[in-house]
Amino acid sequence: MTVVKRRRGEYLDSLLIIGGLLAILLACGLGETPIHPLDLVGAITGSGDPATSVIVWSIRLPRALAAWLVGAALGLSGAALQGLLRNPLAEPGVLGVSVWASLGAVIAIYYGLTSQFAPAMQIGAVLGALLATGVIALAARSLGDTVSLILIGVGLSSLGGALVSLALNLAPNPFTLNDMVSWMMGSVANRSFADIGLSGPIIAIGAALILATRRGLSALSLGEETAHGLGLDLVRTRLLVTVGCGLAAGGSVALAGAIGFVGIITPHLVRPWVGGDPGRALVPSALAGGLLLVLADIGARLVPSDNELKLGVVAALIGAPVFLWIAASRRRTGLGA
Amino acid sequence: MSLLALHQAVVQRGKRVILDHLDLTLEAGELVALVGPNGSGKTTALRALLGLMPLASGTAMIGGADVRTLGPITRARQVAYLPQSRPMAWAISVQDAVALGRFAHGGASHRPNTEDQAAVDQAIFACDLETLKDRAVTGLSGGELARVHMARALAANAPALLADEPTAALDPLHQWQVMQVLAQQASVGGGVMVVVHDLALAAGVCSRIVLIKDGKVLANGSPQDVLTPDNIAAAYGVRAHWHQDSQGRHLIMGAALG
Repeated sequence: MTVVKRRRGEYLDSLLIIGGLLAILLACGLGETPIHPLDLVGAITGSGDPATSVIVWSIRLPRALAAWLVGAALGLSGAALQGLLRNPLAEPGVLGVSVWASLGAVIAIYYGLTSQFAPAMQIGAVLGALLATGVIALAARSLGDTVSLILIGVGLSSLGGALVSLALNLAPNPFTLNDMVSWMMGSVANRSFADIGLSGPIIAIGAALILATRRGLSALSLGEETAHGLGLDLVRTRLLVTVGCGLAAGGSVALAGAIGFVGIITPHLVRPWVGGDPGRALVPSALAGGLLLVLADIGARLVPSDNELKLGVVAALIGAPVFLWIAASRRRTGLGA
Repeated sequence: MSLLALHQAVVQRGKRVILDHLDLTLEAGELVALVGPNGSGKTTALRALLGLMPLASGTAMIGGADVRTLGPITRARQVAYLPQSRPMAWAISVQDAVALGRFAHGGASHRPNTEDQAAVDQAIFACDLETLKDRAVTGLSGGELARVHMARALAANAPALLADEPTAALDPLHQWQVMQVLAQQASVGGGVMVVVHDLALAAGVCSRIVLIKDGKVLANGSPQDVLTPDNIAAAYGVRAHWHQDSQGRHLIMGAALG
């Protein structure tokens, strides 16, 4: 017998917000030059040592915030897509948006645009994401069912992946190839507030569109036909979720490159605390995704190695076993989530 | 004015005609069984009544208004719908599943108001789900799940309720209980239309029966007038007869014709 506990989840959002803030503070304090908690307070308020202030404000804080933002965008998109598609395996990647964002960035690197104009790569990623989101949105409006939508996403994803491979294949020199591969592994190293300023608003608009579908996603627990009967505007919900996820995931790829598994595992981690409800899972999934990625990035920085570990690699190394564990325990408990 | 009405409704899928100038009405206080062989257009007729199925010609009216003029929320407040396919995607609680019935009232939000809560509690009581309230829907038996869906539909407190095979895959006792809940809904002034395959069950509980075949109404009226051996033979190709005993008249279904 499975009893659904919801009471436990009452303070979930608050706990995840506090956890996220603490993780960001921790990220600011830890590193090659550890900063004492008291000095950290001084550095953040600007009253302490100027050199420490620079480390915190120019390097560690934007990096931690970028990690949180990307994690939150991926967690939110994953939760929304799992709710819309009623499929525990859905994640932003299924729409093909992430791959097209990568393609945009890779094209910018390929043509050497990044050496002339630094944000070219991010702008390329955003344009790639918007293009794919536009196609998905058109499909969401005109196609009658959600399965066709997934198939379009898979097709887009394959096409984008082939074009990325083509760009790698034709890379003019080893440095370009190295840049492309390195970017695609996913990282928030050396991100600035300017980078966040470019992707942040796109992610925020996406998040707002997704959050507008909260009740609709709850209704979709009962299937599309029932949700339709309940008074849900299915086309509008599909449109909001796909465009919202396109923007949020596209913005996150623009900021950090491709980072897998956060979108797929975060909703599973929070679902037991929200009574399984996909609408209620949205906000905690975003908060948990942010927290997880800040912690993963601290891990990426602290593991001693010649080349700094890429965040995307660390996230996958942690995420894949967690995913396997969820998949295995799901069968044992018979939970539909 | 009828709660719901189809007038000369035509629905086509490609070249195939699913509903062929079908007339169908539902009044307050009646429990109507919509019966007919597989593929006769029963589900399509319900969906057309709800405005979920666009008509090639004819009209669908809800409370006297053309469904095409109604927004999804207005429509859902007038008619609750229990579709045939009832997947449960996540392990939500019985209480939360029933509360989704309040979606059109804004009460599927995560903080139900007192009116929503009262409707949910009443539906849970009517379907005998109080002991299961906190259980996950994914761990319920077929009979329990059918009651959850019924409660969800009742919680809407809509004037009309359309239920597509709510008794499918249930044992005789659970079938009878589901029909009793629907009959109760009709007795307090609701209009209920239900698709059932068990003609004897329909004959025993429903006030009116509409028999359709090939998207056309074959007969419409009281159970005894509609479920005649001739009509049943014409619609299903099986024999049937009525049997009189001390408990009343019962419909007995027989073997296939010839």
